[in-house]
Amino acid sequence: MKYNRSFYFGIGLLLIFLIMAVFAPVIAPYDPFAHGTPYLRPSVEHFLGTNDVGQDIFSELIYGARVSLTIGIVSSLVITVIGTGIGLSSACFGGRCDRILMKLTSVAMAIPSLPVAIVLAAYLDASIWNLVIAICITAWPSTARIVRAKALELMELPYIKIEKTMGVGGLRIIWKHMLPNLSDIVLTRSVLAISGAMLTEASLSFLGLGVLGQKSWGGILYYAYFRNGIINNYYWWYLPPMICISLSVLGFMLVANRRWRKVEVKGC
Amino acid sequence: MLELCDLTVRFGKEGSANAVEEISLKIEDREKVFLIGETGSGKSVLLMAILGMLPDSAVITGRAVLDGRDILNLPEKEMRRIRGTKIAYIPQGSGEGMNPLLRAGYQIGEPRVIHQKERMAQAIRAAAGQLERFGLKKEVLRQYPHTLSGGMKQRSLIVMGVMEQAPVLFADEPTKGLDPARILQIVDCFAKLKEQTLLCVTHDLRFAQAAAEKICVLYASQAVEYSEKEEFFKKPLHPYSQAILQALPENGLQVSEGFAPPREDADAQKGCHYRRRCRFCSEKCEEKPPMFEVGTRKVRCWLYAHRS
Repeated sequence: MKYNRSFYFGIGLLLIFLIMAVFAPVIAPYDPFAHGTPYLRPSVEHFLGTNDVGQDIFSELIYGARVSLTIGIVSSLVITVIGTGIGLSSACFGGRCDRILMKLTSVAMAIPSLPVAIVLAAYLDASIWNLVIAICITAWPSTARIVRAKALELMELPYIKIEKTMGVGGLRIIWKHMLPNLSDIVLTRSVLAISGAMLTEASLSFLGLGVLGQKSWGGILYYAYFRNGIINNYYWWYLPPMICISLSVLGFMLVANRRWRKVEVKGC
Repeated sequence: MLELCDLTVRFGKEGSANAVEEISLKIEDREKVFLIGETGSGKSVLLMAILGMLPDSAVITGRAVLDGRDILNLPEKEMRRIRGTKIAYIPQGSGEGMNPLLRAGYQIGEPRVIHQKERMAQAIRAAAGQLERFGLKKEVLRQYPHTLSGGMKQRSLIVMGVMEQAPVLFADEPTKGLDPARILQIVDCFAKLKEQTLLCVTHDLRFAQAAAEKICVLYASQAVEYSEKEEFFKKPLHPYSQAILQALPENGLQVSEGFAPPREDADAQKGCHYRRRCRFCSEKCEEKPPMFEVGTRKVRCWLYAHRS
């Protein structure tokens, strides 16, 4: 084991949710859209009971993993590519390019992210891709800032300067020498971005701005709230999606915070 | 031949002090010239100015003529070709001289991949031959920098510098942080560079004595003496050169007091820069001395005005 235990715990959690998402049709006992007897308590037939229109909540959860994970991972990819690109070009080209990009980053950072995401999600059609846009538009600046700071630090290191004195071109230095040295923070940031995006998606879905026609964890919560599930304390309705959101975010956090396992030396 | 004419570098606005002032050197092909001087005397800035590697705030005047072409005002694209193929740079091996995430072989071979458009495998094979020439094993190529010792790293960087067969080599303190036995290895390495011109910056007088042919002494941004090595160590001309040789252990460790004036000290920049610490200081020294030629040697001191 190269990493600490919590890393593997996180990986385990993520694997469970990934398997849920990929094999949803196989695992789910019912069609999540099929109506049946409403308000059934958890039982042998309905593992987690049913909702107000009699849909099986366990099946809803399993299908919900698809939307939540897709949005999380795709948003994180977009955020990482944009953030790293802007951070690196800002650091490497310097001068006016740096000033313009950093002003842009400051502006993007000053925009309150959730209200903007709500407004965008409300105006754009409620599809997965539009939700990704709404999430990403305010989420990239922190990655850009961190990458820029680290890249500036790297550029002062002797081995990067030496490459320049050897006549190595700028793009090759960035690709072969800077990016690999930035990879640890870029990867950590991108995993954190996944959990951030999943939370935003859940918030938007809870406000009824989620993906139409598809199950998502935030969406289940939305219906549990507005169809009086929470007031009537139908715990089997509102607790499971909350736990799923928390556990998957926890999984990504634990993976992001990976540490090398301490080497135990005997006799010390 | 590399010829510097009145090379002057200053940072920032007009009127700010010069980091390198009116340095004129004529370096013949295959000559080994060592630049010695205190920290801040402008040695490294001089190398970087010739390579065109100073930040945008640097203002460079004068000329640096390499094989009949002034290379100070070349566009960046042409300069990039010169770096590595015409002038190679050997950095300090101590510290982070090599990318920790790449194997030594990759970095040693890289200049060849860039300039000769060779494949990496080919370049690494070429590097293997060079390594053996400098007393390193081929296994070094497969190792990561943190597994190499300081001496091995420095020699690998020398190999990296000579990979491209550049006729001119610049070295910046190649013996920093090395023990005497390793310094001897570096001297050996330099002795093998018979075909190359070498311009080396160092603080290490022992090393300079062992490896140099000519010595150029810098003091507070000016060249104060330029001599053949034997003559320099036998009879230094400039009072500052005398002072630094007297500080050597065999000459009684007589370290002269004080330091070179900082660049902000505008008053010290008038006249002879060394006058405040000089034993022979006279009224004449308030005036800036030119480089006087004394035989084959050059010295920037009024004491030699009548002899030139």
